Amino acid sequence: MPSATGLPQRRELTTKPRFSDKVFRTVVTTGGLSSLLILGLIFSFLAYQGFSILKMEGFHFITGSNWQVVLDEAGNIDKANTAFGIAPMLIGTILCALIALVVAVPVSVLAALYLTFYAPPALKRFLVSIIDLMAAFPSILFGLWGFFILMPSVEYWAKLLHKYLGWIPFFKMEVPVFTRSPFIAGVVLAIMVIPIVTSISREVFAQTPLDRVQAAYALGASRWAMIRAVVIPYGRSGVVGGAMLGLGRAMGETVAVYTVLNIVYQVNWHILVGAGGNVASMILLKFGEAGAQEVKALMGAGLVLFLLTLLVNSIANAIVLRSGGKGR
Amino acid sequence: MTTVQSAVVVKPTRPWLAKPSQRLQSVGVFLLALAISYGVVAVTPMKGKLAYAAIFFIAFTALDYLLSYFTLGKSAAKDVVARGFIVSGMVIVTAPILSILVTVLLRGYKGIHASMFTTDMRASSMNDPVASGGLMHALIGTFLMVAIALIISVPLGILTALYLTEIRGRFTKPIAFLVQAMSGVPSIVAGLFILSALIYTVAHAYSGIMGSLALSILMIPTIARTSEEVLLLIPPDLREAGVALGGTQWRTVALVVVPAARSGLVTAMILGIARVAGETAPLLLVAGGSDQNNLNPFHGPMASLPYYVWKAYSFGSIESVRRAWAGILVLLVIVLVLFTAARFLSARKGK
Repeated sequence: MPSATGLPQRRELTTKPRFSDKVFRTVVTTGGLSSLLILGLIFSFLAYQGFSILKMEGFHFITGSNWQVVLDEAGNIDKANTAFGIAPMLIGTILCALIALVVAVPVSVLAALYLTFYAPPALKRFLVSIIDLMAAFPSILFGLWGFFILMPSVEYWAKLLHKYLGWIPFFKMEVPVFTRSPFIAGVVLAIMVIPIVTSISREVFAQTPLDRVQAAYALGASRWAMIRAVVIPYGRSGVVGGAMLGLGRAMGETVAVYTVLNIVYQVNWHILVGAGGNVASMILLKFGEAGAQEVKALMGAGLVLFLLTLLVNSIANAIVLRSGGKGR
Repeated sequence: MTTVQSAVVVKPTRPWLAKPSQRLQSVGVFLLALAISYGVVAVTPMKGKLAYAAIFFIAFTALDYLLSYFTLGKSAAKDVVARGFIVSGMVIVTAPILSILVTVLLRGYKGIHASMFTTDMRASSMNDPVASGGLMHALIGTFLMVAIALIISVPLGILTALYLTEIRGRFTKPIAFLVQAMSGVPSIVAGLFILSALIYTVAHAYSGIMGSLALSILMIPTIARTSEEVLLLIPPDLREAGVALGGTQWRTVALVVVPAARSGLVTAMILGIARVAGETAPLLLVAGGSDQNNLNPFHGPMASLPYYVWKAYSFGSIESVRRAWAGILVLLVIVLVLFTAARFLSARKGK
């Protein structure tokens, strides 16, 4: 209602949100909490389905190295003879992922240095986009390429390693079976994690304070002296974080490992011998012919894998965020 | 007559560029290293591409080091060696990408024929000649499952991003942390989760919708993180202007912020699709796989491109492996197109 002077009446000033804003905030917050809900559900359903097996095996589920299912006549599990222990696959998971890091991290850091400090701008744009593209390649593509193209070369490298470095315990072999070894799986995984480690390292290197870079040049440093004195100390922790993100990705990989690795259920520290496995590929392998009880055990294995990758990724993201990257 | 004195044009000097003599020297070093690598491979028992590359690298680095050491000094020589390592690191990173692209192209195109997009595999086996049958069922399956996954993940992903950028409530830090944690969930775990939560308890059968649900678990974090980055790029001025004009927060977000970020949000969706289009493991667990067209995502197992490739590869015969490469080529082309579209959209935004 207009007042006597023709001016509109003073509105009441308030910081209280309107009804529409309340609805908006509630909806958005609910949507935002979906990730919490999903992660919680993943944990609880895997734990629920795997509970009976985890309870039966206890800590032995992680440390045991046998996986055999014996059923009695009624179709129930024969507790005396059945054993579910994922130690060989757990060790295989960590071993393959570590090989991948040993191969991928040095190369990725060098490439990231090239992209940040050496590449001409046009070339840099091109290289960055093909590396991002590589991160989006499907894992089955890496599997097929690894099996048909990479494997012959890597087998040859493995033979060289065995010939010249055979005295290192990891490279020993009792039986000369070089095909489909953890080493080959590790190299394929390395190629899969290179884009991740490269782009995180590049992000972190690019954050190096410009004044320090220029100060180094002004003091007469060559490009390498500048990198060693300024960039590497600044970016070290970010590279560690990026490497751990790659570790998380490599530990959860299924199909690429399944195609190149000869999955054998035994603890194998000799990385050149063609036998190994990882938890994810073991789940895929055993799932096809698993009975009801075995599937529950597989759920338990999935739970272990889930928690392991969650742990590695969380630490990695915390490190990357602290050192100026954006994380993945 | 007076003479017009022409202005003296000073040629700009570029002291940072290599002089012709220096260029000649580096070409000489390159050729010498090449010669040494050929010579060593010819004389010693070392053979193969690896030997050529390794000896060339060692010879080139050593010669370059010596040359710079004697012409420019010790620290320049170190710089040269470091550059050698850094450049070769880049080459090693690029080589597999190029090898993958070339391999898929060369091996895949033999299996491509027009009728593969219009027939399924119900009448042919993987071992039949490539010309019979096709992957229409796989294309349909992938399309349907990814589309449904998109319908599920886009609202959740964008709402999460809006929470992180617009509301910034007390859960901002934990949610940002959880989204990152979620993007690290292994794909097989997503499959196992759907299996344990829905298939063993409710559905008791494979179907396309289960595949979509598993895919959306992998898609949500990608969409949420990309959208968050895009929304953070929207200048705060726009939000303040919206509120200053009397808009509620809801109207500001819906009418100002989201439209301004539109192309970025589309990019987020595209990257989400590219992330899941090639997922194999979860679909093997929850969507089963079939050899014929299935248009109903709620009933019956559903094929997908990665499943088709997987099955063809597992058969192991020459013909089936050729099918697998053809399938991979189709999948790769899809990913490439999506990726280029995303790049194009975000590049246009930047200008």
